Amino acid sequence: MDPKKSRDSAESARAAQFPDEVLERVLSLLASHKDRSAVSLVSKTWYNAERWSRTRVFIGNCYSVTPEIVARRFPNIRSVTLKGKPRFSDFNLVPQNWGADIQSWLAVFAERYPSLEELRLKRMTVTDESLKFLALKFQNFRALSLMSCDGFSTNGLAAIAARCRNLTELDIQENGIDDNSGDWLSCFPENFVSLEVLNFASLSSDVDFDALERLVSRCNSLKVLRVNRTITLDQLQRLLVRAPRLTELGTGSFLQDLNAHQYSELERAFGGCKNLHTLSGLHDATALYLPVLYLACANLTFLNLNDTALQDEELAKVLVHCPRLQRLWVLDTVGDEGLEAVALNCPLLEELRVFPANPFDEEVNHGVSESGFLAVSYGCRRLRYVLYFCRQMTNAAVATIVQNCPDFTHFRLCIMNPGQPDYVTNEPMDEAFGAVVKTCTKLQRLAVSGLLTDLTFEYIGRYAKNLETLSVAFAGSSDWGMQCVLEGCPKLRKLEIRDCPFGNAALLSGLEKYESMRSLWMSACKVTMNGCEVLARERPRLNVEVMKDEESSDGQAYKVYVYRTVAGPRRDAPPFVFTL
Amino acid sequence: MQGESAGETGSSAELTASKDDYLASSSEDSSTPDELALGLTLGVGDSRLFKSPRAGPVILTAKDLPSFVRASSSPPPPPPPLSASSSSSSSSTLSRAEGGAGTKRGADSVAAPTASSQVVGWPPIKSHRMNILVNTAKSTSTGEFDPIIEKNDSKLAALEKINNVRHDESGNSMKVLCPKTSLFVKVTMDGVAIGRKVDLNAHQCYERLAETLEDMFDHPTTKVNATRSNRLTHHGSAGATRASKLLDGSSGYVLTYEDKDGDWMLIGDVPWRMFLNSVKRLRIMRTSEANGLGSTELYSQFSET
Repeated sequence: MDPKKSRDSAESARAAQFPDEVLERVLSLLASHKDRSAVSLVSKTWYNAERWSRTRVFIGNCYSVTPEIVARRFPNIRSVTLKGKPRFSDFNLVPQNWGADIQSWLAVFAERYPSLEELRLKRMTVTDESLKFLALKFQNFRALSLMSCDGFSTNGLAAIAARCRNLTELDIQENGIDDNSGDWLSCFPENFVSLEVLNFASLSSDVDFDALERLVSRCNSLKVLRVNRTITLDQLQRLLVRAPRLTELGTGSFLQDLNAHQYSELERAFGGCKNLHTLSGLHDATALYLPVLYLACANLTFLNLNDTALQDEELAKVLVHCPRLQRLWVLDTVGDEGLEAVALNCPLLEELRVFPANPFDEEVNHGVSESGFLAVSYGCRRLRYVLYFCRQMTNAAVATIVQNCPDFTHFRLCIMNPGQPDYVTNEPMDEAFGAVVKTCTKLQRLAVSGLLTDLTFEYIGRYAKNLETLSVAFAGSSDWGMQCVLEGCPKLRKLEIRDCPFGNAALLSGLEKYESMRSLWMSACKVTMNGCEVLARERPRLNVEVMKDEESSDGQAYKVYVYRTVAGPRRDAPPFVFTL
Repeated sequence: MQGESAGETGSSAELTASKDDYLASSSEDSSTPDELALGLTLGVGDSRLFKSPRAGPVILTAKDLPSFVRASSSPPPPPPPLSASSSSSSSSTLSRAEGGAGTKRGADSVAAPTASSQVVGWPPIKSHRMNILVNTAKSTSTGEFDPIIEKNDSKLAALEKINNVRHDESGNSMKVLCPKTSLFVKVTMDGVAIGRKVDLNAHQCYERLAETLEDMFDHPTTKVNATRSNRLTHHGSAGATRASKLLDGSSGYVLTYEDKDGDWMLIGDVPWRMFLNSVKRLRIMRTSEANGLGSTELYSQFSET
């Protein structure tokens, strides 16, 4: 038998041993979408097996693909995750009506995925009409998660509550929505029992508490409950006794005049929650009422205190009861002393986020400084995720911090005064971030701040070989800085830049790079329309979008958003968005 | 596309600024104290927030500013919020009017740190959290749940007040309950040159507010304060029986308000507390100007007495 024939027959023998159904079955066990992407590249057979077996799709940029293309490739989708606007829209850098409207997607899904079960959206525009459409067209719909979305009101939520008979999850987070009234909660039918996740913490209006209480009573599988601020402590107590199996709880207001009986009832209610691993809310909590929590904190792994302005002693008292804490979010009212308490009490801590209570207050004697961060690094050696807002920092402190904690994967440091140097040496903060990228080899996400020259970006390009996301503001000296990053970071996917002196040369140095990235954002930099036009001409598979101010007429490209796409130029772009 | 590397190199060579070139030109453009303040014009009233190097608010006209500032020919925006937060449409106004100038100034003055309060979208805190921050800071001093989002003008004032309160209480571990703070908004009436201010927090509902306003504008020299309205309600049903001319449309005027999105809305559609969340100022508008909204059926919910 000649070698080619034997090879062929060996292959077909293999293929016969491995029919498509088996391959599909095996591949259906793959969960991660990155794994699935890799699998789909192996061969045509594997591509097809993968696409038929995929039930969950993640689309990181809704304009990178059209819903028709998605539906054509994946016929059996049950769960869709979509992200829309660029991240800087969270900080009002993207005008209203920019786009990312879910309706065009829903229209296609109604036809091609009538059995759609889950929809998870981030930074999309969702109107009430879309929510009503969703409730009407998808009989199997089970889970809706809206994070940082806008365009809808509680009327849309009422439609979901009223019609989605099999709803298990309603998760409304941090959205800019019209809160017309809390009546939407009463729209859940009396025989509706399937809810497992309910999060309405970010809504501000009163809800019908009786309806909520009845809902919690009859939904025996409820695991996650995050109420809003209008729910009082005694109301919370009534909810807790009906939902002792909660694993995640977000309380309402923690400030109320309770008598001794109410207090002990509340304490007992918390004591009944043996499975709690996540706690948030606690609005206006004070030393007076925090102790009711202590019985529930034994298994707590995530404590979110960024809605309550605790002082250091109050925090310390709470943390003593949370030995297993892995994630902690606090306001900087706890001060450096509070962070020392963290270091003392939370040896298992992996994630720390410190938010500023008074971000526009320029007095330095508020908030946290480098010494708090240092303290935490000595006590919590497992730290891998930090988001830290502060008013002063030194290169030396950061160098020590990353020596103590070399496993950082996410390092987001925000020195709140733009362009502020090391306050001891008055030097740029280049060496701080140099130390971060040299020492933390697993670093995936980095946000820089303070006074930074191109040297920072040289360091990043040279050492940050696993970096995927980089956020830069008020930094750099010349095009060279951005060039270093674009040429040096092989895994870079998202680059967002504002107010930096990077111009056309920097922009164009990434010509070879952008198609391997999800997106690039540059605003208030030195890029001009000419540079953008060159980029657009050289790379037709990128969308190069420029948002212009009405006043700008001098060729300045004020806001530039570049992303790879197979969908071509946007068909729904508003008048202020120019696709070149 | 692939084969044009020579052309590509050529064009990028033209566009390349070497490090030295850039640094030289940036020192030419580098900020003077005038430019540091340039983002702060266009109607901003509170100079305390924008700490410009010179005392007091700085009014710069287009000719004061160097050429890279876009000469604004658009009409001045409505009184803009002072912080880059809460209302996205008014803050996009802010970013249009100020953000370009402000942030550009930031880019040029990399060597000189600029105050974070002067820049749109900085520090990078989600606008949703901005509202929560204000409520957190406020409620710890009021000692009661008060979902009112402070009007943007007085937001910083409130925060500063809270800071002072906090310092005073540093010895105590318990928060002292303070009286509710005020929420004063401007009220203008068509045909009346001088406006008034009314404390919304001193009223409990639309009817009370309308009564206060009617008193204010019927007897313009009377110093009307909320206690008068309160006295009315304390006298049993006195408040309920007096039908408000403003609210039932019989006076020829309608009561409107500007919400945080900059839109003019009719009073009475939303619950009172929600109204407090979003109101920026009031206007007593002639029904003829209210685009056909002046029918008496409008305020039917108020004429059910």
